[in-house]
Amino acid sequence: MECTQCASLITLKSPDLKANMTTASKRPKSAAAADDDIGRDIRLELFRMQLELRLCEKRAYDLFLQNLIKGTSHLSLGQEAIAAAFGVAMRPDDYTFCTYRGHAHTLARGASMSGVLGELMGRECGLLGGKGGSMHLTDVSKGAMGSYAIIGAHLPVAAGAAWSAQYRGTEQVSVCFFGDGTTNIGAFHEALNFAVIWKLPVIFVCENNLYMEYTPISAVTAVEHPAADRAAAYNLEKIVVDGNDADEMYRTATRYIERARKGGGPALIEAMTYRHSGHSRADPGKYRPEGELEKWLERDPIKIYRERLLGLGIVEATLKDIEDEVNQQVNEATETAKASALPSLDGIEQHVWADGGAAWRN
Amino acid sequence: MAELTYRDAVAAGIAQEMARDERVVFLGEDIAAAGGVFKATVGLLDQFGPKRVRDTPISEQAILGAAMGAAMTGLRPIAEIMFSDFLAVCWDIVANEIAKSRYMTNGQVQVPLVIRTANGAGSRFGAQHSQSVENWAMMIPGIKVVAPAFPADVKGLIAAAVRDEDPVIVFEQKSLYPMKGEVPEGELVDELGKARVLRRGRDCTIVALALMVHRALAAAEILEKEHGISCTVVDVRSLVPLDTVTILAEVAATGRLVTVEENPRLCGWGAEIASIIADECFWELDGPIIRITTPHIPLPSADRLEDATIPSVERIVREIVEKID
Repeated sequence: MECTQCASLITLKSPDLKANMTTASKRPKSAAAADDDIGRDIRLELFRMQLELRLCEKRAYDLFLQNLIKGTSHLSLGQEAIAAAFGVAMRPDDYTFCTYRGHAHTLARGASMSGVLGELMGRECGLLGGKGGSMHLTDVSKGAMGSYAIIGAHLPVAAGAAWSAQYRGTEQVSVCFFGDGTTNIGAFHEALNFAVIWKLPVIFVCENNLYMEYTPISAVTAVEHPAADRAAAYNLEKIVVDGNDADEMYRTATRYIERARKGGGPALIEAMTYRHSGHSRADPGKYRPEGELEKWLERDPIKIYRERLLGLGIVEATLKDIEDEVNQQVNEATETAKASALPSLDGIEQHVWADGGAAWRN
Repeated sequence: MAELTYRDAVAAGIAQEMARDERVVFLGEDIAAAGGVFKATVGLLDQFGPKRVRDTPISEQAILGAAMGAAMTGLRPIAEIMFSDFLAVCWDIVANEIAKSRYMTNGQVQVPLVIRTANGAGSRFGAQHSQSVENWAMMIPGIKVVAPAFPADVKGLIAAAVRDEDPVIVFEQKSLYPMKGEVPEGELVDELGKARVLRRGRDCTIVALALMVHRALAAAEILEKEHGISCTVVDVRSLVPLDTVTILAEVAATGRLVTVEENPRLCGWGAEIASIIADECFWELDGPIIRITTPHIPLPSADRLEDATIPSVERIVREIVEKID
């Protein structure tokens, strides 16, 4: 059927996003130098972090194939620039809230790789001791306040953490990641309105990877940009960013985080991206039109960032060293997780309550 | 002692805790400027100001989500859900998020918050504003559940709930709001997980909750005077934790258990108590367990129908006389 929705579907699916962007931060021409507003050190950090997220996620996939990871898993392959940019831009005491597709966002706050892989493998060394699994990765000590597996639930929770920061006067910012599918659930709308009327320091980051699970988001959404086109309803700016460009993401993250930190209130950012794999372990992604994945692989955030860094005069050997180090880090984390014991059965009835136990009667 | 209404005891309990601890904040629909639709929170905005006592939009997921996020990060929120029926629109936040986060994160996440809500029948509001839903909460691992019957318990249990490190839902029975009762002067902090024996008898033990406690007490008077049946009445007060020590001892002493529940029949809290008694107190029983509940129907609205649905004093008397004599 020829219709406007189909037309917008084609626009959305085009990896040539530039035409589609209302750029949140116009980059000065002088950016063609490694020591511009972002600078060499931050860029190397962004490169390293994207690589960590990528290689750890790839390892998780390999471990699935070896049947060392059970259950389900939702990979962020192809979407790393967003989590990495925020990870680098955030203050250590800021809060992250993410979804069941949360391995990358948790790692980006500094959670241990062996803790993440160990949790996926159901080992004692897992971040959650095997009680949460892939969809609930959390490391409170790093500000990673949880991965939430019910669509939309964590948006109001992130707003609440922002309220707490505002109340306590700590200038902490709460960052909440979610997918395009979340924009059609009630909690998204409740949380946005709530955050705006209370002027809370919370950044809502929609990772628009074009598909809500198996269905194109454009086929089930009344507007072209599922998050950004709803912003006006909450008196928020429409922000659409190239989520595969780590520099653009970093500039956007920094700008809105610092605005929120100074009392400027919330922001809703829609980052355009693409997941290289299916929705979850069970999904080969066969609903995607032929050639779409290949086009997006050309815009692989790590590939384009590597090329950019070389263009900015960072030498190949520097990047190769980082790649070697991250590879080694992932290998070591894998071995640590594999060597870890299975969780003790004693833990099953622990930590229901604050006293450490599970007693519901005397 | 001071005489307070059940509704004034709500405000007194919240005020006591807000005065004591700056981390305590209070949010909900119409709770601040309007003083609550049941007028149970009058005066709190004036006393503690708009930073700590905050009106919200009609957004129950946002209310409880925000309370959870605040509790995880150092505050001690009290959130009001105006009618307990509305818990259904934010049940994900209660059942999946608030209740489970500590366990799923192996103890990393703390959620010390209180949800207060107006529960139960007697106001002729029909099936979406008069349900008795404490059983919904009781069956979720990770939430504590209390339901006070007296003004002093309202104040003391709210205080205990605020000071508890775990999430607690306080079910206030809405038709009890005008009820007056003695409340001790000065700071009052109760204990979660403690039932209270309100009278002792020889023939049977009636276990009741909230509004049903008052009906059980009235029924016990009639049973004693008119039928020579002497009853113990236990106010359960706290469903989670459940004071099985008190309940088991009081049932063992009389040899009979009667539960009086406002909730519809299936999976009522009385069924769990009946199961515990059958498991652990069977040989002390002199006869079958009696459960007196609302029929398993949505609650009707008209006063005649509602009165015939919720266990009444007359029905409690009749069922006990028929089954125990």
